[in-house]
Amino acid sequence: MIQIEKLRKTYRARGRTVTAVDGVDLRVREGEIFGVLGRSGAGKSTLLRCVNLLERPDSGRVVVDGRDLSTLSGAQLRAARQRIGMIHQHFGLLSSRTVAGNVAFPLEVMGVPRRERARRVAELLELVGLAEHAGAYPAQISGGQKQRVGIARALAGRPRVLLSDEATSALDPQTTGSILELLRGLNRELGLTILLITHEMEVVKRICDAAAIMRDGRLTESGPLAELLTRPGSELAAGLFPLPESGAVRPGTTVADVTFVGEAADRPFVSTLARTYAVDVNILGGAVEQVGDLRVGRLRIELPGDPDANAAQLAHLREAGLTVEVHGRDTALEGTS
Amino acid sequence: MTWDELAPLLRDATLETLQMTLWSAVLTAVGGLLLGVLLVLTERGGLLPVPPLNKVLGAVVNVGRSLPFIILMVAILPMTRAIVGTTIGTTAAIVPLTVAAVPFYARLVETSLREVDPGVIAAARAMGASRRQIVGKVLLREARPGLVAGLTITVIALVGYSAMAGAIGGGGLGDLAVRYGYQRFETGVMVATVVLLVGLVQLVQTLGDLVARRLTHR
Repeated sequence: MIQIEKLRKTYRARGRTVTAVDGVDLRVREGEIFGVLGRSGAGKSTLLRCVNLLERPDSGRVVVDGRDLSTLSGAQLRAARQRIGMIHQHFGLLSSRTVAGNVAFPLEVMGVPRRERARRVAELLELVGLAEHAGAYPAQISGGQKQRVGIARALAGRPRVLLSDEATSALDPQTTGSILELLRGLNRELGLTILLITHEMEVVKRICDAAAIMRDGRLTESGPLAELLTRPGSELAAGLFPLPESGAVRPGTTVADVTFVGEAADRPFVSTLARTYAVDVNILGGAVEQVGDLRVGRLRIELPGDPDANAAQLAHLREAGLTVEVHGRDTALEGTS
Repeated sequence: MTWDELAPLLRDATLETLQMTLWSAVLTAVGGLLLGVLLVLTERGGLLPVPPLNKVLGAVVNVGRSLPFIILMVAILPMTRAIVGTTIGTTAAIVPLTVAAVPFYARLVETSLREVDPGVIAAARAMGASRRQIVGKVLLREARPGLVAGLTITVIALVGYSAMAGAIGGGGLGDLAVRYGYQRFETGVMVATVVLLVGLVQLVQTLGDLVARRLTHR
């Protein structure tokens, strides 16, 4: 649905050239919620603004819904933008217009006749649960309600793609939850493809199907959540599902992090392992959590004997469809702390 | 001087002041908005960046604002003649009043437009709005309270400037005050004109505040 190829964007600031986006490739499949996670200054906002060409990339291609936007300009580009919804961290509402007036704005831009506009606005406000606030001004409603207005407005042109620029970053955790739920619902009911950027791991954890980490203008890892979670050394996995600092591995023991996703999470692998090999399995830490639609668990276990002596046991776990990361003798494996 | 003598003088002078102020206010509103929008659009990073044009416009505005009104009035006499066919009288005074007030208001317009949340402009662009739509539906509309407040200040400045229009036969309350109150020591005339001028300024300010408040939804 969204395809980004070798995207580069640089700025000139005080004589210096700053590379905000440095050769990014990204693919968001239809009906997917894709999250780009990164600290501020990582270039994720620029990346997002390149998708609807609010920023014109220096080079590379942006294809949305089969159209190469980077070749468009003027009226064609504006028409294409009308088919791409966007929501913003600070909502971007017109303070001089009511809630209904704000939702009507994109329809006016598109030249929708007045009567149809009113009908569509009512429909959209109903969809986001703001029907009774139609006549209020943005200053009179809460942050969460403002973002709902933003979402209703973004959906006015019946877009198939929604871009979300830190949409929940200015909201409290509870409101964030309700907005994320709304986005998840729209994604499911309307088949809306969502590309979002955020600095909150929680957002990725709650609604994303796939995610990427952005740092210094590049994506350092990227993929479906289920795959990332079981990828050894994945930074995203560690962030989504942190385990406590492991400390040093005791001599003569093997410490391993075992990650299980989906069905594998339902099998009692620890007792199976203990019974089959007659070993004492010591659990050092772990948790089972919901990440998006997935049930994910991770356990840090300790087995007697060094890793060489436990080769068969570790192989057994891997065969059972679990991801096993063995800690080194001296230091904890990178990415698991 | 009796009231019967004074009343028609005051009435005519008030009408002349109103005529000069209102006409130049209308022309200034149009010209100032146009120039102010251009200043914001053409700046570097604006919606229609043309930095050289922006520099020229900025310089023109600064020249217009730095000239004392009495000098400007005389300096543009040829232009006044070209536009209204005469250089004296109330109508002739409207030209220099407008020329002086347009750059003044343009700067106030510029300031108001700059205060519009850039996030709202970005949102409008993301929705596929054209430049014209952004100027009309976002910039001018969002800045309305500021634009009205700025126009109020400008109109009050125009009332003040119009007092000097007597110098080119424009008439008005200021002229009346100078000719009767100052030159002929008619204190009564002086007091009456001052009272009328103060009342007029109060009226404009009150009206401006009312409209600006009505338009504010922050």
